[in-house]
Amino acid sequence: MMERFLTEYQLNFWERILAPAFWATVQMVVITTILGTVFGFFLAVVLLITDQDGIHPNRFVYGLFNFIVNVIRSFPFLILMVFLLPFTKWIAGTSIGVRAAVVPLVVSASAFIAKLIVNAMQEVDRGLIEAMKSFGISEVQVVFRVMLSEALPSIISGIILAMVAILGSTAMAGTMGAGGIGNVAITYGYQKFNYVVMFLMAALLVLFVELIEMAGKWVYRKMK
Amino acid sequence: MIEIRGLEKSFGDLKVLDQIDLTIEHGEIYGLVGKSGAGKSTLLRCINGLEQYSAGSIQVDGVEVKDLNRKEMRNFRKGVSMIFQHFPMLTRKTVYENIAFPMRCWGYKKQEIDQKVKELAQLVGISEKLTQRPGQLSGGQKQRVAIARALSMEPKILLSDEATSALDPVTTRAILQLLRDINEKLGITIIVVTHQMSVIKDVCEKVTLLEQGKLVVSGRVEDLFMNQPEELKTFLGEETFQLQENGVYVQVMLSDENGSKNILSRMSRELELDFAIVNSEMERYRDQYLGYVVIHIEKNDCGQVEEYLNRNGVIWRYYMTGNERKAV
Repeated sequence: MMERFLTEYQLNFWERILAPAFWATVQMVVITTILGTVFGFFLAVVLLITDQDGIHPNRFVYGLFNFIVNVIRSFPFLILMVFLLPFTKWIAGTSIGVRAAVVPLVVSASAFIAKLIVNAMQEVDRGLIEAMKSFGISEVQVVFRVMLSEALPSIISGIILAMVAILGSTAMAGTMGAGGIGNVAITYGYQKFNYVVMFLMAALLVLFVELIEMAGKWVYRKMK
Repeated sequence: MIEIRGLEKSFGDLKVLDQIDLTIEHGEIYGLVGKSGAGKSTLLRCINGLEQYSAGSIQVDGVEVKDLNRKEMRNFRKGVSMIFQHFPMLTRKTVYENIAFPMRCWGYKKQEIDQKVKELAQLVGISEKLTQRPGQLSGGQKQRVAIARALSMEPKILLSDEATSALDPVTTRAILQLLRDINEKLGITIIVVTHQMSVIKDVCEKVTLLEQGKLVVSGRVEDLFMNQPEELKTFLGEETFQLQENGVYVQVMLSDENGSKNILSRMSRELELDFAIVNSEMERYRDQYLGYVVIHIEKNDCGQVEEYLNRNGVIWRYYMTGNERKAV
């Protein structure tokens, strides 16, 4: 009788709690990475173009965007999440669940990824850019065909880094009812004093990070 | 033809170019030489508009560089290519793609690009390397790729910014020879910026020495060597031997042109005069050898030596050290 209960409990735990949590984490990380890269790239291009050494230097636009990016990056994620609640509700129509969690995750990831892309592209050899200009290649082509192409491997490894950071943030988003592995670790492990569950979840997160890193290394090597 | 008149440029209070006047004829190999920070690279970059100048004018085939708008400038640069000290390349693309890149950006047809790339690879001698990445090449090979890339737009002018400064002497020679071949085969005007006098000697017909943004000496390379103006000596840091004994030192210039190579042995025989050779140098200038010998003679032999050298049309001068020069 006792044995049956346990296995049933375990079975339920796996089906009702762990599997959806795992799925929620995957969803949050993947969606956030994709949207964060899209918005981050847009921000990075604006920053690069309006920078002093850019194609169309514009102090106001650069200052504004740079300020926004820096402010977002300096917020602790938990505070940012609370701070963005009205915005989240307006965009996602709800303030709980994966959909709601993705909003602050994307905001934070966009700023992070924008900075990574800007840095990667500014690392591109100035001499190469000058050489390309000396052939009469247009500045737009220099940004998209030269700088972007040269910086791609470091952009990719930057995004991998961002993905791991996003994974960490999803655990915090879990406290807002987004679910996910981190949430299980807190609710079923930490708060119920079930250390087995807690460590299991932590191990799962480590595994997750390893998988991301491995995939990232593989892509980086292909790119280089 | 490139005509530079009264060119000036400043970075803040620092004048990097000051009243530069230069004329570079079509098809010449022209050298700009000077120490680091003399303004030679800046001058070169003014010619293709990578740097702007504050006063004066640069006209390339009658077109004023600073009057070009964005679009005209891009078109203008097609005709004025450039190679660099560190041969910057697209590291993730093959050699083939690197040479093809400017043409791709300018929207050339695929077939045209393919033909041009192969032709240029042949010209610069890297046909077997086309599928490799720049990272797999040596410095000399990379510079060859850069030269092929620079020639892809069929420029009339090639600017070379310290193109051999990062290469070893043997490779430098080979690259300079390649530049000469290109100049002869394609008739492209080449402007060479360098701090190495050996580069000037190897390839340039004319040269300008720059010092602190000012044009110091200019002229044909052979003439400059034969006349040895003070400014050139200062640049070369020449003070290679110590004058010790009393007496007179005479520097006799030797060249193929006036058949003066055996002048000293003739003079010794005809004047029955003994002298000591205290210094000499022979160097190759493009295709001819030029040199000089410094001899030490007695004061009372001066008259007849002077007369003899003048009679034979030899270029010569009294040789003095810095201290004596001040005393005179």
